[in-house]
Amino acid sequence: MDPKDSPTQPDRREFITKACALTAGAVAATVPAAAGLFVLLDPLGRKGGGGEPVRVAALEAIPDDGVPRKFSVLATRVDAWNRTPNVPIGAVYLRRAVGGTVQAFNVVCPHAGCFVDYVADAKHYLCPCHNSTFDTEGRIQDPKSPSPRGLDELATEVRDGAVWVKFQNYRAGAKEKLPA
Amino acid sequence: MNSLFNWIDQRTGARKLLHEVLFENVPGGARWRYVWGSTLVFCFTVQVITGLFLWLAYSPGSQTAWESVYFIQHQMTGGWFLRGLHHFTAQAMTVLLLLHLLQVVIDGAYKAPREINYWTGVLLLVLVLSLSLTGYLLPWDQKGFWATRVATNIAAITPVVGPALQQIVVGGADYGHHTLTRFFALHAGIIPGLIIAFIGLHVYLFRKHGLTPKEPRRKRDEPFWPRQVMCDAVACLAVLAVVLTLVLVNHGAPLGAPADASEQFSAARPEWYFLFLFQFLKYFPGGTEVWGAIVIPTVLLLLVGALPLLGRWKFGHRFNLGFLGAMLAGVALLTWLAVAEDRSKPEYVAAVKAADFEAERVLALAAAPSGIPTAGAVTLLRADPLVQGPKLFARNCASCHRYDGHDGLGLQPKDKQSASDLKGFASRPWLEGLLNPATVDSVNYMGGSKHKDGEMVKWVKENVPTFNASSKEQLKQALIALSAEAGLKSQKEADLRDVAIIGVGAKLLVSHDLGCIDCHTVLNKSDGGEAPDLTGFGSRQWLTAFISNPKHESFYGERNDRMPAFGADGRLTETEIGLIADWLRGEWYEPAAGGR
Ligand code: FES
Repeated sequence: MDPKDSPTQPDRREFITKACALTAGAVAATVPAAAGLFVLLDPLGRKGGGGEPVRVAALEAIPDDGVPRKFSVLATRVDAWNRTPNVPIGAVYLRRAVGGTVQAFNVVCPHAGCFVDYVADAKHYLCPCHNSTFDTEGRIQDPKSPSPRGLDELATEVRDGAVWVKFQNYRAGAKEKLPA
Repeated sequence: MNSLFNWIDQRTGARKLLHEVLFENVPGGARWRYVWGSTLVFCFTVQVITGLFLWLAYSPGSQTAWESVYFIQHQMTGGWFLRGLHHFTAQAMTVLLLLHLLQVVIDGAYKAPREINYWTGVLLLVLVLSLSLTGYLLPWDQKGFWATRVATNIAAITPVVGPALQQIVVGGADYGHHTLTRFFALHAGIIPGLIIAFIGLHVYLFRKHGLTPKEPRRKRDEPFWPRQVMCDAVACLAVLAVVLTLVLVNHGAPLGAPADASEQFSAARPEWYFLFLFQFLKYFPGGTEVWGAIVIPTVLLLLVGALPLLGRWKFGHRFNLGFLGAMLAGVALLTWLAVAEDRSKPEYVAAVKAADFEAERVLALAAAPSGIPTAGAVTLLRADPLVQGPKLFARNCASCHRYDGHDGLGLQPKDKQSASDLKGFASRPWLEGLLNPATVDSVNYMGGSKHKDGEMVKWVKENVPTFNASSKEQLKQALIALSAEAGLKSQKEADLRDVAIIGVGAKLLVSHDLGCIDCHTVLNKSDGGEAPDLTGFGSRQWLTAFISNPKHESFYGERNDRMPAFGADGRLTETEIGLIADWLRGEWYEPAAGGR
């Protein structure tokens, strides 16, 4: 380096100039970036829909032999600026367990979110993506299944012959069942 | 001309720049093996150009993304070609990236002092793959939608930052408008911007250090222009030729049915070059997913990045070649396993068939005169009897009934058939079977239910065989009149043609000659009999009322067998019952022959 350009004894005034230049530059660059940052991170504060009980099916519509049946969940879908009432927001498998209680499972695979299929012949749920299997009670069947937990069971209630489900999506890929 | 160029040159230094661009030294002379980098720049340029044009017509939003892509592909002049070019060039780019990487490693072009250049290359590889990943979602069809759910859920497995990262990328907890706006911003703005910056750096460094010659040099050095430029141009044309062939053969790029989170889609697969990752995940049981999804892929990528450092070691280059070879072999093996497994899985094959059917159907509906409603094309499929009818039938009716011998979707239900086969219900041939002593008590009509021993079967079996020619003729006329009550689309012409017969038949239906009216109410006339009311038999109104409540006194009343009252019991909505009825009646939109 040329000794003229880098004096061994930095002079005070030059130091202040440098500091000012850097600060001014940093402020000028930070403001637009920070302004965007809020919009970028806005989704973090947003909660997923669901949680409210929704009428899903007539109790009669669920086979009484414990075989699950798939139903769409109709509710108000909120998609950013749109609110659409009475449209499918997801789907559930309903089954009548022993003792007549109704079990509801979210159809979404807890591994990575595919739509699991019920295979009547094999009497289990099979995920068409990475082959996780779940028994009719929603528990992991094949221990080699990639899913970290069983199917997500949803709270149900039977009112006047109709099944109401608290529909909720859960975070995929986690051992614990955390609302999405 | 020359003075103009001089004028420009004095102000810009263009001459020096051009000289630098064209007269870069090619050690050992021009060679085909040096073309890969140029083909990649070419592909990227094609993507920028076609992408910008697509942008003119694309609208990210959950009710507009699929719709605008549909419009590009199927309505806009040359849209399919533009879209196809963008789609297949993206695929070509992935292949070329791999070839470029291989050539660089084989030729040892990553070694000092070119490490940083190599790293910008690896970064570019990752960036281009992210372009594919984000672009896959933009048409908002079932395939892109479900594949992206999987991809973003996998991102969420990343320790600590995963869930937050997922929410930021997805634009909230649910997939929708903001997923598209964000993916589009990444795909068309952020990632391409980064790519341009890194290509700049990559090319600058490449020029700074010069080409890595393949030893032994076969010929004398020569400048880039014209022979190497010629090689590069020919290679680019060859790439373009392959892409164009794919575009023409496929008539653009595929577009599935619109995304629907409530509709089962078992054909979800990522783009073919991500299949190895998809397959890899299958081997990691619950609790260890993070290894298959994040840790091992990241380590491998870091190792690819570390080749220049490993290469310093005495056997480093050989190790690198072995490592890269083994990794690519692994990728190829996993891809093959994924494809082979899918091919051998009947569920998957059926799912693909169903997906193709819906994709094709929605195109017909979208092109119908009524067009796509503001609520989006997804509503077209939800309201289509041809798509929903069979599904509803399979789920609700097929445990007893059949449709042409199957469950509506072409499968065999686990329960044995115990009620009529409803294919062609109320049509002339269907009624002929019902009034035929040989078939009336078969399982396809009344043989499976308790009506097997009922009055109707008895009447057919006892009376019809004794009919003389004129009674037979009367029965036929009455049958034609009854079938006309349904007003079936498939019989429209026949019904029009046979107006006279229908008039005669109608009189017979209410006369005591044949005796229908002894038990049934027919054409609103009744003799007080309790058998089902046949007024409007098989019409939409009759059928929906029957499915809603067969126990109603105008139908079977107390004598109803096992058929549930789907409407009255709240099992199905009015819309769903309507869809089943319309489907059974063959009442769905059919594009006019020869229409667009
Ligand atoms: S998403 Fe179900 S096994 Fe992977």
